[in-house]
Amino acid sequence: MTNHWIDIRNADVVLVMGSNPASNHPISMKWIMRAKERGAKLIVVDPRFTQTAAKADVYAAMRSGSDIAFLGGMIKYILDNNLYFKDYVLDYTNASFLVNPDFKGPSELDGLFSGYDVKTRKYDKKTWSFQMDEKGVPKKDPALKDPNCVFQLLKKNYARYTINKVSGITGTPKEKLEEVYKLYASTGKPNKVGTELYAMGWTQHTIGTQNIRAMCIIQLLLGNMGMAGGGINALRGESNVQGSTDHGLLFHILPGYLPTPTASLASLPAYIEKYTPKTKDPKSVNWWSNRGKYITSYLKAIYGSSATKENDFGYAYLPKLDEGMNASWLNLFYKMWQGKTEGFFAWGQNPACSTPAAKYVRDALGKLKWMVTANLFDNETASFWRGPGMNPKDIQTEVFFLPVCSSVEKEGSLSNSGRWAQWRYKAIEPIGQSKSDSDIMNELYFRVKSLYQKQGGKFPEPIVKLTWNYGEKDANGKVKEVNIHNVAKEINGYYLEDVYDKTATPPKLLGKKGDLCASFVHLQADGTTSSGNWIYSQSYTQKEGKIINMMARRGKNDPTGLGLYPEWTWAWPVNRRIIYNRASVDPQGKPWDPKRAVIKWDPVKPDPNTKKPGVWVGDVPDGPAPPMASEKGKYPFIMRADGVGAIFGPGLADGPFPEHYESLECPLEENLLSKQRINPAVSLKIQEELGVDLAKYYSCDVRYPLVATTYRVSEHWQTGVMTRHLPWQLEMQPQVFLEMSKELAAEKGIQNGDKVTVSSARGDIWAIAMVTDRFRPFKIAGSTVHQVGLPWHFGWQYPEDGSGGDSANILTPFIGDANTMIPESKAFMVNVKKA
Amino acid sequence: MANTPNKNNRKAILVTPEVCIGCRGCQTACKSWNQLPGQKTKNLGTYQNPPDLASSAFNIIRYSEVPSETNPVRWLFVSRRCMHCADAGCMKICPAPGAIYRTKEGAVAFDKEKCIGCRLCVAGCPFDVPRYDKDNKISKCHLCYDRIAEGLQPACAKTCPTGALRFGDRDKLIESAKQAGYGKIYGEADLGGLGSIFAFKDAPKLYGYAEKPNIPESVIFWHNVLKPLAVIGLGGAVAGALIHFAVIGPHKDEEVKKS
Repeated sequence: MTNHWIDIRNADVVLVMGSNPASNHPISMKWIMRAKERGAKLIVVDPRFTQTAAKADVYAAMRSGSDIAFLGGMIKYILDNNLYFKDYVLDYTNASFLVNPDFKGPSELDGLFSGYDVKTRKYDKKTWSFQMDEKGVPKKDPALKDPNCVFQLLKKNYARYTINKVSGITGTPKEKLEEVYKLYASTGKPNKVGTELYAMGWTQHTIGTQNIRAMCIIQLLLGNMGMAGGGINALRGESNVQGSTDHGLLFHILPGYLPTPTASLASLPAYIEKYTPKTKDPKSVNWWSNRGKYITSYLKAIYGSSATKENDFGYAYLPKLDEGMNASWLNLFYKMWQGKTEGFFAWGQNPACSTPAAKYVRDALGKLKWMVTANLFDNETASFWRGPGMNPKDIQTEVFFLPVCSSVEKEGSLSNSGRWAQWRYKAIEPIGQSKSDSDIMNELYFRVKSLYQKQGGKFPEPIVKLTWNYGEKDANGKVKEVNIHNVAKEINGYYLEDVYDKTATPPKLLGKKGDLCASFVHLQADGTTSSGNWIYSQSYTQKEGKIINMMARRGKNDPTGLGLYPEWTWAWPVNRRIIYNRASVDPQGKPWDPKRAVIKWDPVKPDPNTKKPGVWVGDVPDGPAPPMASEKGKYPFIMRADGVGAIFGPGLADGPFPEHYESLECPLEENLLSKQRINPAVSLKIQEELGVDLAKYYSCDVRYPLVATTYRVSEHWQTGVMTRHLPWQLEMQPQVFLEMSKELAAEKGIQNGDKVTVSSARGDIWAIAMVTDRFRPFKIAGSTVHQVGLPWHFGWQYPEDGSGGDSANILTPFIGDANTMIPESKAFMVNVKKA
Repeated sequence: MANTPNKNNRKAILVTPEVCIGCRGCQTACKSWNQLPGQKTKNLGTYQNPPDLASSAFNIIRYSEVPSETNPVRWLFVSRRCMHCADAGCMKICPAPGAIYRTKEGAVAFDKEKCIGCRLCVAGCPFDVPRYDKDNKISKCHLCYDRIAEGLQPACAKTCPTGALRFGDRDKLIESAKQAGYGKIYGEADLGGLGSIFAFKDAPKLYGYAEKPNIPESVIFWHNVLKPLAVIGLGGAVAGALIHFAVIGPHKDEEVKKS
């Protein structure tokens, strides 16, 4: 989230699209309801009339996978009717920037952007660039009239997204589209604000990243970024998924969103050079110019005294991706399916139910030599070898099960969607032989380390040189038990020497050797500081010699009255509750909306550090610089090299503007907007190499005529490993169900409550039919298209009598987004018949 | 232990379906506090489960789809539970002294030790609330009498994320609902005033509640005329059986009938 949960209450319009908070994030509805009590309007756009839709002021039904068409229509509506926030767009976005005249977009190239290579399905992004002036700063046309300026290109691109066209693609009636557009665009005024809440309904598509980009453009046009009650807010699907992403869970990033090094970047300077963006514009903060400090401090945290200037701070020890290598979830399982993977740790997960084409994924597990499952409970992954269709005699995979204790049996931090790192305590001792994840890792680490020490190996340094100061050590040097506070402190980072601010005369002491770092502002690129994750620096700190776990704070002060609660736990970065908050004020530092002032510039009040008059009050601002209009003022979007919000976003794989493409499996033979049916930049490597099995798909095929999507219910958690053992939860949602319209049920001769078979190219499962008006047939391109939906919480193992059914992921396609490779679980094709 | 609640200290739960999101935290919280088992159920083509109140389900959310002018459907989530009536039919007819009683906060609570299993309360309830457990003892929502006596909220209200279930002083709840724009509060005056009150936007019928709930005439008659005599003359169990037969005929197994 750019904002945070409580902040939803400050919105004037809440757009729920790509999520279903009433079912999946019930607590967020508290804040939506508080907003509604103030008179805010709730818009829900969803293929299904959800529990959230039941609370909406405006509900619009939309076919799964057509979000960009829907949002592209909104962009056009905002531009056509001059409803954008002009000053904001001009000052705080790249709307006025001039783009390379050779750039061409889908309106000229029939669905493609310039630079496309059909063989590799990749773009050469050379033309997706800005024209620079002699100083190396992007050229601008403040009148927004130049045909090559971003604003005009945006207009040109979305001119095709007419109400008629959008309605034909989405199936949303024209008057509903207009109603939604009008209401949401009403937040383009300085004193009106809209927020967007999304979840997997937007991400799990081959165009998932661009779904979110489309909304970012809308939020920038309407001036809703940085504002209280605004922003783009990802409702994270697990309580600590924000924390795990921050700490480098994904293959392409190290902790703190530092890119994973690739093999061609042989030295630390080469890495820093590649990943440090540059700007020649003095008004741009360009925060990532600090990359070198963060990667060096990270290396110091993990390799300690073994990380020296001479050895590039141990950069060579970091694992590298091969150039162009994609180690995403789908590719890991593809490799496993091919029999190229020897061993696998399934830690806190259940891929036999959570991964698309799950039947084949279960087969892939049978090709492993060994698998370790670390979990609270036995599950469909740990027991795959005795699942349906499996003959244990034929399976050679050796499976180990490590019992892990639950979150209430250990201490530690949890980062919620609003980036608050919250400390929590152990309530009870771990049950039985179960251990915390960190203690299991501790045991594994010392065993692996000792093997490397005894037997050598090709490259033992990355393991044997790791720092591991997590607790009291035994006679052999092994940490007996992990003290999680030591981990948290390592993440925050230390001053490894006395560190001075050398720009001051005389140099000013920033921190003393051995102390915890005050914040990432003090981190250094010369090896004198450490930080396991720079964005968490300040989370466990030291003031006047006293060590403070900021995450354990429970202060309830709310000085702004906006619900920022700055003394409640701690939010990254540097306790900023709303990021890009400098965009909530005008260039003079006055809030666009004085009634909801996140920050404001007080020109009289003295700055506590410099003692000179002029200081920001309110939330922690995005940097201390004075307002943008003043001589030393800075642009608001500090994480971007050019300092402004990107309406034109050249960084993604599939285009600088979002363009509507159909999902891999769809009911249409043609994309109504262009000749490109599916995202041209999506990787079809697995499909091309395999053709069948887990890669199989059928689009626009009479055998699979129904659009399907998957979702969750309040009563179950993810693959159900933690809820299918609970009789209370099963009582409420005992079985997998398939929701469908009355019209489709009549066509198929299905009654409410009947057992049905749902099938796709990847397999079939049974489900209980729920026949309802909450799904209605769509009119797509003049024809009737039916959509169905089902939850993915179930699995063959529990309930033990098999009465729950199996995972909906048996049906979902094995294809990923062009940028992230997240699977396209939210739009695919199925058929249904009475079982 | 007066039959009617003390007006000055009466507590209530205000149910506002417009604010309910159907998350059913209330169902789970109730089971957790009261340590009630989960029943083996089936999906019957609806989210609603268990299908109705049960000895192990003191409250449920009823999901109903009703026509809408602007949307494909209107989906209502309505809490169903004991109404804690001031004029409580169950208390009126119960022949076992102290088996069903009124707490000082106004809740209609029960004492399984004193319940004789006659099931008269089932007949006496205008809302079809009381259920019988496997030991043939009354089982229903008691407004978490054990929590509220200690100044806590009932488990369901505490868990509710949106404020669809709110617990507090009955008068204040009614006032706040009226201030929020709900003209008429269901249960404000019915049956002497209910302890579960509802802020409905439309007619009660739409939400599955009778416009004018009434205790059956026969129950009132037996309460006023016969029960005092019978209890004095015969002792609870026998009296109960007799009254039961007279009011509703032979026993039926409530939960078997329902499933």
